[in-house]
Amino acid sequence: MLSADQVKPGAQAVLSRADFDHLITVLQAEGYDVIGPTVDNGAVVYQEIDNAGALPEGVASRQAAGRYRLEKRADNALFGYIAGAQSWRPYLFQPSRTVWRAEKSGDELSFTEPEEPAPKMAFLGMRACELAAIELQDRVFMNGDAPDPDYAARRSGALFIAVNCGEAGETCFCVSMDTGPKVTRGHDLVLTELIAPDAHDFLVEIETEAGAEIARKLPLRAAEPQEVGRADAILAETAQSMGRALDTNGLKEILQDNQDAPQWGDVAERCLSCANCTLVCPTCFCNTTEDVTALDGESAERRQRWASCFNLDFSYLHGGPVRPSVEARYRQWMTHKLAHWIDQFGDSGCVGCGRCISWCPASIDITEEAAALRRHAEEADNGEN
Amino acid sequence: MVKIKPLEDIIRSHAFFDGLTPDISSLIAGCARNVRFKAGEMIYRLGDAADTFYVVRHGRVALEMPAAGKALCVETLDGGDILNASWLVPPYTCRFDARAVDDTRAIAFDAVCLRQKCDADSAVGYDLMKRFVPVMVERLTHARIQAMDLYAGGSTAQ
Amino acid sequence: MTAVSAQTDPYRPQVWRIVEKQMETADTATLALEPKDRANAMPFEPGQFNMLYAFGGGEVPISISGDPRETGRIIHTIRAVGSVTRPLIAHERGALVGLRGPFGAGWPVEAARGKDLLIIAGGLGLAPLRPAILDALHRRSAFQRIVILYGAKDPDSLLFLGDIADWRGRPDVGFDVTVDRAGQDWHGNIGVILRLIKAAHFDPANAVAFICGPEVMMRLAADELMARDLPQDSIYVSLERNMKCAFARCGHCQFGPHFVCKDGPVFRLDRIRALLQTPEI
Repeated sequence: MLSADQVKPGAQAVLSRADFDHLITVLQAEGYDVIGPTVDNGAVVYQEIDNAGALPEGVASRQAAGRYRLEKRADNALFGYIAGAQSWRPYLFQPSRTVWRAEKSGDELSFTEPEEPAPKMAFLGMRACELAAIELQDRVFMNGDAPDPDYAARRSGALFIAVNCGEAGETCFCVSMDTGPKVTRGHDLVLTELIAPDAHDFLVEIETEAGAEIARKLPLRAAEPQEVGRADAILAETAQSMGRALDTNGLKEILQDNQDAPQWGDVAERCLSCANCTLVCPTCFCNTTEDVTALDGESAERRQRWASCFNLDFSYLHGGPVRPSVEARYRQWMTHKLAHWIDQFGDSGCVGCGRCISWCPASIDITEEAAALRRHAEEADNGEN
Repeated sequence: MVKIKPLEDIIRSHAFFDGLTPDISSLIAGCARNVRFKAGEMIYRLGDAADTFYVVRHGRVALEMPAAGKALCVETLDGGDILNASWLVPPYTCRFDARAVDDTRAIAFDAVCLRQKCDADSAVGYDLMKRFVPVMVERLTHARIQAMDLYAGGSTAQ
Repeated sequence: MTAVSAQTDPYRPQVWRIVEKQMETADTATLALEPKDRANAMPFEPGQFNMLYAFGGGEVPISISGDPRETGRIIHTIRAVGSVTRPLIAHERGALVGLRGPFGAGWPVEAARGKDLLIIAGGLGLAPLRPAILDALHRRSAFQRIVILYGAKDPDSLLFLGDIADWRGRPDVGFDVTVDRAGQDWHGNIGVILRLIKAAHFDPANAVAFICGPEVMMRLAADELMARDLPQDSIYVSLERNMKCAFARCGHCQFGPHFVCKDGPVFRLDRIRALLQTPEI
């Protein structure tokens, strides 16, 4: 066992698989709702879990364009799947919430926010791309002088326990987006799952004091140098096996300067405008509001919910939508994600998680579409010379 | 005594004839005369023979479509504009009513005289066409923009 | 983890009272609003907008049409075109509404100091320009020529008739108006506003133009100004897009890389001209 003063930010230690349940019980004892991966309806999803038994032990997920399937692994890895079907986004940026209620009576009109304390959540099993996505959403919801109160409350109380990816999926390209696979920032603790024929352990790296507080209550032992070396080797192997690549060099200009390219019409012939990509994207932030009036006419409620730029009413202005064609809506989504984000928030809005590829019913692949636009731009350049 | 400006000078100083050569101005001045209309006076009516082409010097002229009850005005023309495009196009019939909204002064060209001169000397005809066609294209563009009824839909809330 | 201190909820409207209501046309009203709590009175810049909430109906962005020097009250001119604007202008004097704002980047009136100021308004576009006009006229000597050109559908849809009479009567303002159609009782111009721009007196080397109206009209007006050698970077336009939050967070008002609510609604033409010419941006 490590002594309490050895467990501090920057320290490395080892938690055995046999003791993994402790992590969850300690988190629960500290008042956290533990949100972690579990198998539900044929997918790995992030839900509140009670114990380590709920984790997807021995489960592998296989992704391809328009495809997601669970399989059995040859080992008993707890985090052997590729990132979950949905990201952590719903837990910080709620799919639907009441913003305020308005009361009207006589000469009075008042607005009150619902008094629901934000849950204190521990996210278990976050991947590097997912942490990067939250960092990006922070820039949207917590920027300026008026942070989103609901997001900020949920975000500030949350504990982030990350897991380094032991393998890359077929639709993964975090290396291209410089967001992974190694967890380097935004987390409180990071685990690397080490499986050997005779051992099953987790290398635990402590990043923050909040993480150290949890770690001090765990039965940790000191990490051996070869264990640290194995973790590094696993990450190097993962980085080498990305299923996809996206060339970001000059991509912003390629997209912004080729808004009239024929490729948009080409992808529009395949795109169903179903909005799946925007629903599974961990960084999509667009939302809309709905006003609902009670039958007595004396109270009304404003609700906020996720919105998608693929929906026609998203751009509605008196007279009709600004982007009636699928072509314009796909162009908006992809150009925003990969180009306008950089102008708006300083970085690409894509973290390379690949969910939009896996969950597209038409198998549209953002990396292929970007490459097609790059070829178009290069041909146009060559034509001019 | 007020010195009367020669008609040829008046023609050449009008925006429509900007840069006209002395040869052509003296030639077409033979077809021209000064005219004045009082506010409210009808200049020509729909269906009249288009035997006069005007260049408006001062004032305002409304092009109107007579209708039951009241006329609908589609365009107003001011100093610098030309009036009665039909002088050039068979069957040489006026397509609108033209009414002086304000007291208006113009140069009136005898259309038959002008057409003869254009036919007799294609250089004169070509010069006039080069002045005439851009104005017509601009009027057509403006009419199309008006037909869009741009101000009907938007609230321009911001 | 980030600690967040208690903040004012940016989504919560303040309560304002309609203290005056004037019908400008059959479907357009000007409302004067005062805050129920005097402490909530706020200054604004010409060209900015507020989010107005009609109880139960929802919220819409509406530009401010009043005098920026008049503190303590806010003027909005609203055309009933949808499910929020209709109930908003159906309100009578004394009614309470919700208001958030002011938002956005407005008209850079200061950029026209020492220059000719051209104001080109189409339809309801005169409303967002009115604060800039009033501001400029308050300090008339800071500018060279002030030219106001206004295009509307017909004489019945002209807004701010009192202002129009005032501007028309001022020797130091070049005011002209044109309508798309009119009867014989109308003695003014009939035709597109482009005709007025073509004939306007200004020095293109030393002028700034503010244009507000339907997007197509603004584009055509800008082209006409450029044909008169006014450079793109001297032309400003005000855009309109769907908006829900008004602080660059709902995503609806995106116009290329810009958020119309925060980076606009007023944009310098050279910064958005390519986007304006791209369909369905």
